[in-house]
Formats: sequence, structure tokens, C-alpha cells
Amino acid sequence: MHELSLSSAIINTAVRHADGRRVSVVSLRVGRLRQVVPETLDFYFEFVARGTLCEGARLEQEVVDARLRCQPCAREWGIDVPAFRCPTCGSGDVVVATGNEFLVESIEVEEAACIAPG
Amino acid sequence: MHRTRVKVVEEALDANNTIAAANRADFDRADVTVVNLMSAPGAGKTTLLERVVGELAGVRVAVLEGDVQGSLDADRLASLHVPVTQINTDPCFGGECHLDANMVRSALPELALDEVDLLIVENVGNLVCPAEFAIGEDARVMVCSVTEGEDKPLKYPLMFRTCELVLINKIDLLPHLDFDLERLLYNIDQVHPDVARITLSARTGEGVDAWRDWLAAITVRQEAMA
Repeated sequence: MHELSLSSAIINTAVRHADGRRVSVVSLRVGRLRQVVPETLDFYFEFVARGTLCEGARLEQEVVDARLRCQPCAREWGIDVPAFRCPTCGSGDVVVATGNEFLVESIEVEEAACIAPG
Repeated sequence: MHRTRVKVVEEALDANNTIAAANRADFDRADVTVVNLMSAPGAGKTTLLERVVGELAGVRVAVLEGDVQGSLDADRLASLHVPVTQINTDPCFGGECHLDANMVRSALPELALDEVDLLIVENVGNLVCPAEFAIGEDARVMVCSVTEGEDKPLKYPLMFRTCELVLINKIDLLPHLDFDLERLLYNIDQVHPDVARITLSARTGEGVDAWRDWLAAITVRQEAMA
């Protein structure tokens, strides 16, 4: 259900950078740890975009796998279940290397051609 | 008509985080410690507050109460003679399921921050969205009650990872439940290794002293740092 709130955040970010132009594509990087369901985000995005510069825009989602790094033993590993202790040394002093992203990477905007060619 | 790609590279929640930072600056200026209290609906947030807000000697407490609708929780707390400010989220978008930094900001003028040491923000009952939205808090606390099942940390890791303290509530019900407390503690540890935990019962009062002491300690700690 948080996909609804996240859709508004994505659209507000995109509109701020669109500078009044219509947006046709929004490219997003989403880490797996954000617990976003891509289909649900698509659904809400389309809905929330209505009446904004993002109306009808396509949402491109690049999913980023979760990778952790153990501070004491420097092991780096990927997870697909939420288990954050280091499998080598058992430490809980672990940082998320990737997987927390929720980033609007770029947008594609429509520009009217300035001068009609001859 | 042609299309141009515009590079953005911005956290989609940056706008919220910026407002949260402004809230935080206001709280710091007034020496107010802010705790964001979160849980699923019915886990016992309000009852846990009722148990402690009047018992924090020397700490001036205020509560910011977030609900989709109504002021039932605020009324309960106000009867304890604690200043309570209500935020209803329903005018925003058919009832937001969480508080965001801007909603908290809009309530600031109603809060007499100079007369408060500890502001507890009771978020909307929800284990998902509140974890995404910083409001300018010093610490996040979540309540997980034993009637919710041992698997909740694995289902809502974002919430369990984002908080500094997990309150495990309703332990007076354990004799009546097929609930494995050790399993819950193990799952919490998997998702958020070494996070502080207090097992308690708002109903019987067991463990509530530790919750009250934790609040008193964080208030002192933040003031010492200010």
C-alpha cells in the first residue's frame, strides 16, 4: 500500500524537474529492501499522475538487488531474505551496500520543436 | 515535437527529507527530543503512552497524535493532563496512512515547543508507510504485540530496521496464545541485529518501567548533546 505514497513522491520529483514540459517516461531505480511491488507501483503511478505533467507517462523501474557488507570482517554478500547478520562472523555491524535506493534517475520530456524546418 | 532525456538522480523522498530536516532544526533549537512511535493498528501505542506520559518526573511531555480520522486517542491522552495536538490525515488524499514531515510541520505552530522536553508523535497505525517518511525525529520506536505473530519482522523488515527500540507488548496474553516469543526475538535479531527490545504489558504494567526509563534516558541524552 505504500506504493500510493511513493507514487506521489516520484511524480512530485519528476514534475519539479520537468520545468513545465510534459513527461513521457520516468526512470526509477528501486532497491529490493524498499519492499516495492513493481506492478502495484505502476498501477498507482498511472492513477496519481492524472492531471499532472506525468499523465500518461511510462514508469521504467530498474530493480537493484540487496547487498550487505560486514564492517568487522569486510565480507560482502547478497540477500534475498531479510537476514542481516554476517554469515561468516555473525556480526550485526552490517551496512547496506545496495538495495536501499529509491531514486528518480531521469525523465524524458516532450519539447515542442522551436523552428519548423524550411 | 521531440523528446529529451533530463538527468535527475534524486531520491524521490528528498522533498520529505528536506522538510524533516527543517522540523529537526526547530526541535533542536527548542531543546525538544522527538520520538516517532509506530506500530500496526491495535498494537497498543496509545495505552503504552497512557502508562508513561504522567510518570516521567521532571520531563515535560507533549503528544502529537496522528490518525486518519477522529480524536479518540487524543481524548484519552488529554484526560491525563498532557498537551495533545491532533493531526487528521484525511483531507490530504482520501486519508493518508502515515504522517509525513509536512503534516508534522503544519502542526508546529500549535505546539508550544519552549514548554516541552519530550514530544512523542503517535503515528498512524500501519507497519509500512510510516517507515518511509522521516518527520524530524530523534528516535523511532515501534510496538509489536504478541497477538500479531512471530513472522512480522520478516514481513515488514523496513519498519523493524528503521527503529531504535522495539516494544513487544501484550505479554500478559502469552499463556493464552500459540506464540513463540523466542522465535519473534530471533526474527527481530535477524532483521535488525542488536536492536534494543523491551517485553512488556501495557495492561498489567509489567516491563513498563523499562519503557519509561528509556524515554527519560533519551530525553536527557539528546539534551546533553544539544
